[in-house]
Amino acid sequence: MSVGDEPLLRVRGLGKHFPVRSGPRGRGLVRAVDGLDFDVRAGETLGLVGESGCGKTTTGRMLVRLLEPTAGSIEFAGRDITHAGRRELRPLRQDLQIIFQDPYASLNPRHTVGRIIAMPLLVNGIDPPGGVKARVRELLELVGLNPEHYNRYPHEFSGGQRQRIGIARALALRPKLIVADEPVSALDVSIQAQVVNLLRDLQRDLGLAFVFIAHDLAVVRHFCQRVAVMYLGRIVEIGDRDDIYERPQHPYTRALLSAVPDVTTLGPAGRIRLAGDVPTPLNPPSGCRFRTRCWKARDICAAEEPPLVPRDGGNQATACHFPESGPAGAGSGPAGAAPAAAGTGASVEEVSR
Amino acid sequence: MDRPESAPSGEPDRPAVPEQRAGDPYLRVSDLRVRFDTADGVVRAVDGVSFAVERGRTLGIVGESGSGKSVTSLAVLGLHDPKRTTITGEISVGGRQLVGQPDEEVRRLRGRDMAMIFQDPLSALHPYYTVGRQIAEAYRVHHPRVSRREARRRAVDMLGRVGIPQPGRRFDQYPHEFSGGMRQRVVIAMALVNDPDLLIADEPTTALDVTVQAQILDLLADLQAEFHSAIIMITHDLGVVSQVADEVLVMYGGRAVEHGSVEQVLRRPQHPYTWGLLSSVPSLHGDADADLVPIRGNPPSLINLPAGCAFHPRCRYADRNGDRSRAQVPELRPAGAPGHLVACHLSADDRTRLYAEDIAHVGVAR
Repeated sequence: MSVGDEPLLRVRGLGKHFPVRSGPRGRGLVRAVDGLDFDVRAGETLGLVGESGCGKTTTGRMLVRLLEPTAGSIEFAGRDITHAGRRELRPLRQDLQIIFQDPYASLNPRHTVGRIIAMPLLVNGIDPPGGVKARVRELLELVGLNPEHYNRYPHEFSGGQRQRIGIARALALRPKLIVADEPVSALDVSIQAQVVNLLRDLQRDLGLAFVFIAHDLAVVRHFCQRVAVMYLGRIVEIGDRDDIYERPQHPYTRALLSAVPDVTTLGPAGRIRLAGDVPTPLNPPSGCRFRTRCWKARDICAAEEPPLVPRDGGNQATACHFPESGPAGAGSGPAGAAPAAAGTGASVEEVSR
Repeated sequence: MDRPESAPSGEPDRPAVPEQRAGDPYLRVSDLRVRFDTADGVVRAVDGVSFAVERGRTLGIVGESGSGKSVTSLAVLGLHDPKRTTITGEISVGGRQLVGQPDEEVRRLRGRDMAMIFQDPLSALHPYYTVGRQIAEAYRVHHPRVSRREARRRAVDMLGRVGIPQPGRRFDQYPHEFSGGMRQRVVIAMALVNDPDLLIADEPTTALDVTVQAQILDLLADLQAEFHSAIIMITHDLGVVSQVADEVLVMYGGRAVEHGSVEQVLRRPQHPYTWGLLSSVPSLHGDADADLVPIRGNPPSLINLPAGCAFHPRCRYADRNGDRSRAQVPELRPAGAPGHLVACHLSADDRTRLYAEDIAHVGVAR
């Protein structure tokens, strides 16, 4: 396939609305995901970050068509797969795989590891050169497991090893794109780094594209080339990694980054304290959805929803009426210890100690 | 508030060794051992751990799953099943010895003098009762003469103090009507309703989003300033520890491997396990393209702990001392600076050099 400028994955106006029949408000519509636009090029890693309920997992599941989108379109390798049926999807499944968060729940406890990893090959009727067993051993080795453990069951492995099994299964069909939904967040700290390094090696060696869904901003920074920040079902900011982390323009991105407790500063450093919780997606705020927690909100924010537009003609797009400029200020490292520089989010309820 | 400031000056005059303290710490744990008899064998979940916490101060206990950090805190609260558990050592709370005391005695202290905040607020609250009723009940258990109305007033007051809007109305709501962050506030209100002198928080923010986590950590700091309680913060997150702790205890395989002020443990760590934690955690700063340096292997099983230093199968430097790491359990010894303790066979010189060469530039250690 000639790649050229054509993205591997093209998402336009993607939405998922769940009807809700019970509850105090009677009928309603949860807009879990609402109007997403983004591209992923071959071999590129895109991070989807945000807090619980922002729609990142729903998005991931729509991308691999475990959920049916209610709006918009998904194009994969030039083909519209938004509503493709099972039969149409089957050949695409080879190119599009998913890794789940919970390494305990995503492996069938009654199947051997060999069978689990071979399953995608068997289901798709693929007979790799050298046979299925040889391919499975190769995969086990690729993810750093002992090929001799072919006949063992999932319960005989630790959490980190189980996640490696899930990765081997996703790699079995030599996919082009992997959706990884919180692949390391259930793992112990020391194991997490092993799996992150493994994913990085695989990404580099096999030229895989990733949509990497995570709430841990530091992990995403180590894995992704591009990052999309989601809030209440929408992308509020998207851009190259360094732009998002060093020069975030959306107030929410700034708040999110400064809320991460960082070992490099001892004691509660200057941070932007967001008040309250994320509003319910059943009844999101009018205009900008972040305005109820935003310190810069004005009348226009309630009246008009800001579009996701690029600034400075660059790669970074921000959906905000009053985007920030300048480097990430509050709470980011030694330089951020004195975040009171004008215009860098200093108008916030800055918590100085 | 007498927590140390974030200023790098640190507090060298605050020794970490319990014995050197002038004022008596509120909680003192000495040589605590907790054993469970299971069908598979004896689990030594905690094996000789000592620490102390003063009022107004926060001790962070860091470790991975199976390190014994939660078992330690449950032992302090007397929450282990006495039929299956053997606890030895000393636990002294406000001058009262707890180990070996009848259940009744410990129960009287629990909830009144010491309280706990659990990780999952949903399972810590009863779904069938309103949150207000649960908080009021926690109050009345220890204040039997107090009227219902008085208890309600107290509960509403606490809900307000932990930052729940409209506490009078929220009193009559059920746990499912609260968001995760608000639920954790309810749990904190319940833990604090009797003004406990000791608060144990076991991963209190792990289930929460970062912006809410920041709110809860701020809240705990504010409440500590107000109530002047001693706090034990149990967590796997070094970032959280760096924000809230005055002192840090690092546990591995049921033992303390490093202990000192937060400044000492996070800035001049001495144990290879602590190094491993710091170099394997990705950071928001520094070189994003550099590989992390994970700790190899997996945490050990407490039933079958490696002989000698429990960390030796995962330690990159275990072979530097011949067979000592495999043969001999390292004792917790002074690591140089006053109050800084480490359990490692490496010499002080080796530790300084190896840290500077291998670790100081990776992950959050940077």
